[in-house]
Amino acid sequence: MNSQVLRLPLPSSKSMHSFFSAFCTEENIEQSISYLNRELTTLGFPSIYAESKGKELNLVSIINCMNELLVLQHKNLRAQEEVEMQHLKLGSDMDHLQNCYAKLKEQLELSKREIVGLQERDRQLQSKNRNLHQLLKNEKDEVQKLQNIISSRATQYNHDMKRKEREYNKLKERLHQLVMNKKDKKIAMEVLNYVGRADGKRGAWRTDKTEARNEEEMYKVLLSDYEQRQKQLLVENAELKKVLQQMKKDIISLLPPQKQKPKERSEDGPVLSDLEEDIGELNKENMWELSCETVREQLTNSIRKQWRMLKNHVEKLDNQVSRVHSGALNEKDVISREDHELETEKLELEIQQCKEMIKTQQQLLQQQLMSPCDDDTTLLLQDCYLLEERERLQEEWRLFREQKKNFEKERRSFTEAAIRLGLERKAFEEDRGAWLKQQFLSMSTDYKHSENVTTPSSDQDNRLPKSTSQQRKPHCMLSGPVSAEPCQTSQYITHNSSSAASKKPTGDSKSNQWVESDKEET
Amino acid sequence: MNFSELFKLSGLLGRFSPDGRCLASCVQYRLVVRDVNTLQILQLYTCLDQIQYIEWSSDSLFILCAMYKRGIVQVWSLEQPDWHCKIDEGSAGLVASCWSPDGRHILNTTEFHLRITVWSLCTKSVSYIKYPKACQQGIAFTKDGRYMAVAERRDCKDFISIFVCSDWQLLRHFDSETQDLFGIEWAPNGCVLAVWDTCLEYKILLYSLDGRLLSTYRAYEWSLGIKSIAWSPSSQFLAIGSYDEKVRILNHVTWKKITEFEHPATITNTKTIVYKEVEKSPSVETERLSFPPTRALASSLFSTQSKYNIPNAVWIWDIQKLKLFVVLEQLCAIQSFQWDPRQPRLAVCTGNSKVYLWSPAGCVSVQVPMEGDFQIVSLSWHSSGDSMVLLSKDNFCVCYLEREEVK
Repeated sequence: MNSQVLRLPLPSSKSMHSFFSAFCTEENIEQSISYLNRELTTLGFPSIYAESKGKELNLVSIINCMNELLVLQHKNLRAQEEVEMQHLKLGSDMDHLQNCYAKLKEQLELSKREIVGLQERDRQLQSKNRNLHQLLKNEKDEVQKLQNIISSRATQYNHDMKRKEREYNKLKERLHQLVMNKKDKKIAMEVLNYVGRADGKRGAWRTDKTEARNEEEMYKVLLSDYEQRQKQLLVENAELKKVLQQMKKDIISLLPPQKQKPKERSEDGPVLSDLEEDIGELNKENMWELSCETVREQLTNSIRKQWRMLKNHVEKLDNQVSRVHSGALNEKDVISREDHELETEKLELEIQQCKEMIKTQQQLLQQQLMSPCDDDTTLLLQDCYLLEERERLQEEWRLFREQKKNFEKERRSFTEAAIRLGLERKAFEEDRGAWLKQQFLSMSTDYKHSENVTTPSSDQDNRLPKSTSQQRKPHCMLSGPVSAEPCQTSQYITHNSSSAASKKPTGDSKSNQWVESDKEET
Repeated sequence: MNFSELFKLSGLLGRFSPDGRCLASCVQYRLVVRDVNTLQILQLYTCLDQIQYIEWSSDSLFILCAMYKRGIVQVWSLEQPDWHCKIDEGSAGLVASCWSPDGRHILNTTEFHLRITVWSLCTKSVSYIKYPKACQQGIAFTKDGRYMAVAERRDCKDFISIFVCSDWQLLRHFDSETQDLFGIEWAPNGCVLAVWDTCLEYKILLYSLDGRLLSTYRAYEWSLGIKSIAWSPSSQFLAIGSYDEKVRILNHVTWKKITEFEHPATITNTKTIVYKEVEKSPSVETERLSFPPTRALASSLFSTQSKYNIPNAVWIWDIQKLKLFVVLEQLCAIQSFQWDPRQPRLAVCTGNSKVYLWSPAGCVSVQVPMEGDFQIVSLSWHSSGDSMVLLSKDNFCVCYLEREEVK
């Protein structure tokens, strides 16, 4: 349509001619002019005739009309263009809107689907939740059931135990009766002689008096224990009270009595004065020795009050400090920060100076010590060194003596071992000699005289009394020369071995014999 | 540290005398008494059967040897070696035997815990205590030896009887509110008796000397309860070890719990020192409870060992600060440990041939220089703290410690 509209106002030049010649030809000029005049007048233009009903044409009006018509034509063309533009715009707008609409529809569909999905999930989760709750309830029920089972089983077991115990007791009673009835002569105690009591006193009969005495003793023991505990607690209490008093004094000293505003003073006036009175009373020395309820309460209450006041005070200070930080100064109560810093700097300087002074003094002192000292100090120093050396020497002496003792011990044990070895060896030799002798005797009884046989044994017999009297010595004095002892002891051993010839003398049993006979002797 | 040579031993029966002068040991049916310093044999006694238990009398003058199979107790005197005494329980049988605190009476528990017979060495009198309770610690003597508490059970109820040891008169007899009494123990001050229930119930009762119930303590219900307890030497604290791997401490004023100690498998507090035994390094690095003796100023420590899950570690707690002080972790399971009677020093043995010592200054492990296998199963200190006896299944040896001079 647009293209059709556009084509019309721009006809080709050829068609223009034909177009124009179609309307007006040489024959119908008058008619066309009158037609044009009629059209123009109906359109509101002035007539193109010079006068009305005349055939003369007003050129001016014709040109004006033509101009007007051209202008009109331009206007119309422009209007048409505008309209077409608008048309286009509206078309594109419509397209755009349709696209949007389509997209939105799509989105709506998507959202609807999502919602459906989420709802589905929600439903699933809820059902899961319900299931879990149900499970939890089931578990709890089971636990409760199990607990009930346990307790019932416990009571059951107790009953069973009691029953079995009763049976057991019956058996025990029966057994006891049997044991007592048997009147075993075997159940007895045999003792060589009765021993005295540990505390040396004689045993006493059990009477009511002794019972009463025992009760008394028991109560005495209990009472003494309680008294001791009470004493400890009293001491603890007194200490704690002292600490509390101290704390109270410290708190009072910390609380600022002067820096209060008049307003505050008036408010706390009565309170303070009361407190002061209390403080005055409670600070009296005798008050803390009373331990009755009211005094205790007063003390604790007063401390609590003061502690609260101190807390408030500290909080106030904190607030003030924070206010100073943020810039709002309340110059009356607050030390400005710079002043504070100045003071700290001053104090630091002082500390530095003091430290330096201390250092210099230390140095001077050291110099004094290092410098050549007079005779007294040198003597003292020498004495110190001597003492040190002496102590060291004493230590070394001590060690030396200890070592000596150890060596003595070792030597003694070695000699004992040597003695034993020697004795054993001797014993062995003797045995061998005896055995050989016996062999010899048995082999040649025809040849030897009886005297020869008796002389060695008679020698032995003669020597025996001597040895028996002296045999105690080797057991007591094990230190000393080895040579003197063995002969006597060897006699003793041969006596033993010959008397108990049936036993084969081995090392172990020999020592056992020795020991046992030793026991018998002592 | 010096070690003596190995001597034969049977039944882990090696004991120092209370006065610290002698050491008694058993080899099958022989009782050997040695001098503590020289280990020379002072006396040798022969009993009628294999000895199962020995005990010194409190004045170190007598030793009793109990032979449970034959039902015989023989008593030997150290002053007079030819003095002898034999107590034959005959058909009544013998299950346990012990001295009374005055060292002149012997308490025999007959078989099936039918009765306890009190034999006197001074007079011809014999006393009987009926219905004794068959439990781990049924007889308890006060530290000063004045009173004896005996747990009894009649008609399915527990009772406690308190006797005066001087004349064996019954002082108090009261029932105990336990279901099934497991043990009793006196506080060192002799005024409070702790009574605790079977491990099925966590309950500990505290009775005064005159039979009044002072307090009851129950930590929880249903789970397994108390394993063992220990009094502090000043009687101020009572430590209770239980099956939930915790130790709870009660104070003597209110008998309420002041703290509880846990024994976790991993220790998160960085302030506790853990000594771990490592194969080569010489430093060693602890429900049995024991308190060491307290010196006037020293902080009290006590050690616990959790046998339930972690038997290789000894935990040492500081009571003044109420927190864990040290943990000793060993390679093998701990067999026994004991505090030095004089100072805070702990000796530990784990069944190998090393003895471990811990003190606040540090830890040391010492290999006992013996040939062959010497697996230390138990140890016990001498009363002076200068030596200790190390016992294995078949042998024992004495270890002498150098005394540090206190300046």
